[in-house]
Amino acid sequence: MDFNLAGAALTALGSGALWWREHGLLCVSDLHLGKSERIARRGGAALPPYETRDTLNRLAADLAATEPRHVVCLGDSFDDLGAAQALPDEERLWILRLQAGRRWDWIEGNHDPGPVGLGGAHLGELRLGPLTFRHIAEPRQRGEVSGHYHPKASVSARGRSLSRPAFLFDSDRLILPAYGTYTGGLRSRSETLCNLMRADACAILTGPQPVAIPMPRKAG
Amino acid sequence: MGLAAKAPDATLPCMRALPPKFADWFAQNGWSLHPHQQDMLDRADAPALLLIAPTGGGKTLAGFLPTLVDLAVEPHEGMHTLYISPLKALAADIKRNLTRPVTEMGLPIRIEDRTGDTSQSRRRRQRADPPHILLTTPESLALLTSYDDAARTFRGLKRVVIDEIHALAESKRGDQLMLALTRLQALCPDLKRVGLSATVEDPAAIAHLMARHPDPCEVLLADPGPAPDIQMLRTEEAPPWAGGGAAYAIPAVLEQVRQHKTTLIFHNTRAQAEIFFHNLWLANEDALPIAIHHGSLDRAQRENVEAAMVRGDLRAIVCTGTLDLGIDWGDVDLIIQIGAPKNVKRLVQRIGRANHRYNAPSKALLVPANRFEVVECFAALEAVLEGALDGDPRGPGPRDVLCQHILITACAGPFDADDLFAQIRSAGAYAALSRAAFDACLDFCATGGYALRAYDRWQRLLQRPDGMWQLRDPRSAQRIRMNIGTIQDTDKLKVRMKRNRGGKPLGEIEEGFAATLTKGDTFLIGGQIVRYEGLRETTVEVSRNAAKKPKVATFGGTKFATSTQLSARVQQMFTQDSWPELPPHTAEWLALQREVSQLPQPGELLIESFPHDDAEQTVFYGFAGRNGQQTLGLLLTKRMEDMGLRPLGFVATDYATLIWGLDAVDDPAPLLDPTALHDGLDSWLAGNAVMKRTFRAAATIAGLIERNTPQARKSGRQATFSSDILYDTLLRYEPDHLMMDITREEALRGLVDFGRIEEMLTRIAGRIVHRRLPRVSPLAAPLFLEMGRVPVEGAAQERMLAEEAARLMEASGLAQLTPPPSNIPRRRDGG
Repeated sequence: MDFNLAGAALTALGSGALWWREHGLLCVSDLHLGKSERIARRGGAALPPYETRDTLNRLAADLAATEPRHVVCLGDSFDDLGAAQALPDEERLWILRLQAGRRWDWIEGNHDPGPVGLGGAHLGELRLGPLTFRHIAEPRQRGEVSGHYHPKASVSARGRSLSRPAFLFDSDRLILPAYGTYTGGLRSRSETLCNLMRADACAILTGPQPVAIPMPRKAG
Repeated sequence: MGLAAKAPDATLPCMRALPPKFADWFAQNGWSLHPHQQDMLDRADAPALLLIAPTGGGKTLAGFLPTLVDLAVEPHEGMHTLYISPLKALAADIKRNLTRPVTEMGLPIRIEDRTGDTSQSRRRRQRADPPHILLTTPESLALLTSYDDAARTFRGLKRVVIDEIHALAESKRGDQLMLALTRLQALCPDLKRVGLSATVEDPAAIAHLMARHPDPCEVLLADPGPAPDIQMLRTEEAPPWAGGGAAYAIPAVLEQVRQHKTTLIFHNTRAQAEIFFHNLWLANEDALPIAIHHGSLDRAQRENVEAAMVRGDLRAIVCTGTLDLGIDWGDVDLIIQIGAPKNVKRLVQRIGRANHRYNAPSKALLVPANRFEVVECFAALEAVLEGALDGDPRGPGPRDVLCQHILITACAGPFDADDLFAQIRSAGAYAALSRAAFDACLDFCATGGYALRAYDRWQRLLQRPDGMWQLRDPRSAQRIRMNIGTIQDTDKLKVRMKRNRGGKPLGEIEEGFAATLTKGDTFLIGGQIVRYEGLRETTVEVSRNAAKKPKVATFGGTKFATSTQLSARVQQMFTQDSWPELPPHTAEWLALQREVSQLPQPGELLIESFPHDDAEQTVFYGFAGRNGQQTLGLLLTKRMEDMGLRPLGFVATDYATLIWGLDAVDDPAPLLDPTALHDGLDSWLAGNAVMKRTFRAAATIAGLIERNTPQARKSGRQATFSSDILYDTLLRYEPDHLMMDITREEALRGLVDFGRIEEMLTRIAGRIVHRRLPRVSPLAAPLFLEMGRVPVEGAAQERMLAEEAARLMEASGLAQLTPPPSNIPRRRDGG
């Protein structure tokens, strides 16, 4: 699904990744790698430890399809810095292989506010052409690409409601859905997202066939 | 024999005499012991006793008499008797009832209840200084056993009384309770167990569940009292061909309410109760005081209804299973069951709610909601009069409950795996548990049990060098305690009147139903029509609405399946030459079916096919119950799709599945090949919503999903993610994991009910009768009016989504913003 932000021609992929063809740039947000490890470390349940594998599988498929020169991970790439350190060797090597031959930027997020000890650059934010990539949206910005909120949106048709992770965009900004397997979503109807996005904002639902709808807002 | 039981005769050798204080108290009140109360007293030393008695038979006193006598005779330090009931309200009710004799006889007995509503400080005090008699629920007991001071709390415990055990025995709450009892029994080896039950089909099965295996458990049967007076309600109008509302019977029901003091009007689902109550009020010209009571209503509102009932202010209550149990309602003199009872045992228990005087017959009326239910009601009526109750054996103890029990045990302190295994096998439901199955559950609790040993550093349970198991991180005890219990609340949202500072709470609706509402939709809750205004956080805001008819008719509720035994009775009725006992409208309908086609016969499967509505229709009269017929519909349409028969959809009832499609089914036998159905089941199950729902329940009970976490309140919604993601991940990377195995087992037993399909296949043993008809048969006709038609779809959902999106974009004027979709390949299925 193609759209424009501050003059940049962008494509929202059904996987939840953003593709900027002009710069050969693929951007994914909120991978939350190592989430199951972090939960177990803190005395919580032992969730199926396959989410890092699954997230990387999907990322690898997007990389193979788009062959980007530049990859931007938009923060919260790891569930915490400990999870980045505890990454099994196999998955660490896998990330290194994915990084080979391309520029790779880790934008810092609230979950991973420091170097993650893997190849690639570690940045607070990234400015490129008309766009600024940062983890959490800031007020009064133009051409801002961010993540953090894990937006999702729902459509109901014929008595059935479908809710999916979604891109939200208006004339000023774009918020990416969470790409990680173990991530939940924040409804677009939430107060935070409604305050952040302009009245004419759109939501693009992820899925086999991404579809755009007017961003669902608070009723009443 | 009833109330006029003989006074105890002290000369009989085995009879235990009542202490003088008790004898005097009974005499003062003009009472004497019922024989079963004396029996219970005489057998006070038995390791386990099960009393089956009708409601109003002095069951509770029978259970407590040995305790009261014991405590009156010699002083006791600490807790003496633990009483468990499935309902909080029942514990409070029993406390009132017990306090009376204790106060009047001046007995030195302290009685307290402990439930989720008990204050923190009081709970702490109860652990340190327990009362003589503690009244509680299975969940509160499980929590008590999770503390490291459990041994002190329960020191000296002599007896445990389990009330309404027939209700607990059918659910995981009962399994959890019995596991907790194994722990108590280890702390107090001489603990005696007493179970109190309503009439059940198989007392021995309950005795097996409640006794310490392999202790014997004697079953005492109280005088069941006179046979119930049960009939069909006569109505002017014939019931409709389909549907569950029974609106046609409203005038006749109102007339009955007028003629009786207090009537309970039972429904099978909340939605039906809401609609019936609404219609009843529209017709209630005398403004008789009638209320509604069901599990989705706000607690305060339910308590108001209960209080009004106790005061005798109400003439009728429209209700569901929430009134099946317990509390003594006093003056109920009529039970009306709307809709076929589906299950004879539950019907008998409901009838028992009327007339709590022991020696008077209970009076009940059955109201079929449609023509087919007339037959079913008659079958049920016969079964009640013959005392032929139904019920399906429950199968071995569920392993998700076992996993939770292991975690609870770990909270209380280090344990030895061999000892725990031996304890667990002393619970009847787990008597046949293999060591391998236990070890798999222990491994799941300790490490997650994954093939990828990812949690060696962060195991939840660790084995110490001395071989004992303990929690790695003491903080997890709090998390485990916060998630104790086996009751599954599907995600529900509170409904409130919209107002500036939080309006009146009305009740709850399921999140899935809420998601289908748009502003302005009207629906029924608590008997009033409300207008959907919007969602605020997790509360649905509504306003009052004067509409006559709600726009959205219903919200979710459980659909019971007709029991195997009742289905068999209905089939048996179909073999009769004529049906003089049935109302003419129904008898003629069956006769016409026999003339045009034939009636389904026991031991064979009738399949009818005919063209109708521009489609080819096929009906499978499998009599496998609603869930089973539903699963059959899913499997058969999938088989038909594979065979190129282009099915379009299906609908299922308790007796039949109707499938429509573009092509006629000329030879249905291959569709029903058992091996093919099995294979279809496996592949179909994997991606099925039923499996995901079952997984969520099992994984929550087993401790993989935490409903409540200490952090949950701090972080927003984006921190939690759907259990469907865990299911999909396991399916992809470790489909043989213990949780998946448990999920499959539970689904086959429960919502999928494949057992009933297998039972049907065995029953028909290949005897398939196919009737090709020129048009709809009389028996099939009602199926066309059934709700819940399921479309067969695949890519249809994506297409529907795209259409709706295009419509929305067009309507909002945003459409020009988005050029057609790009053609870059995409990943991530589903979403």
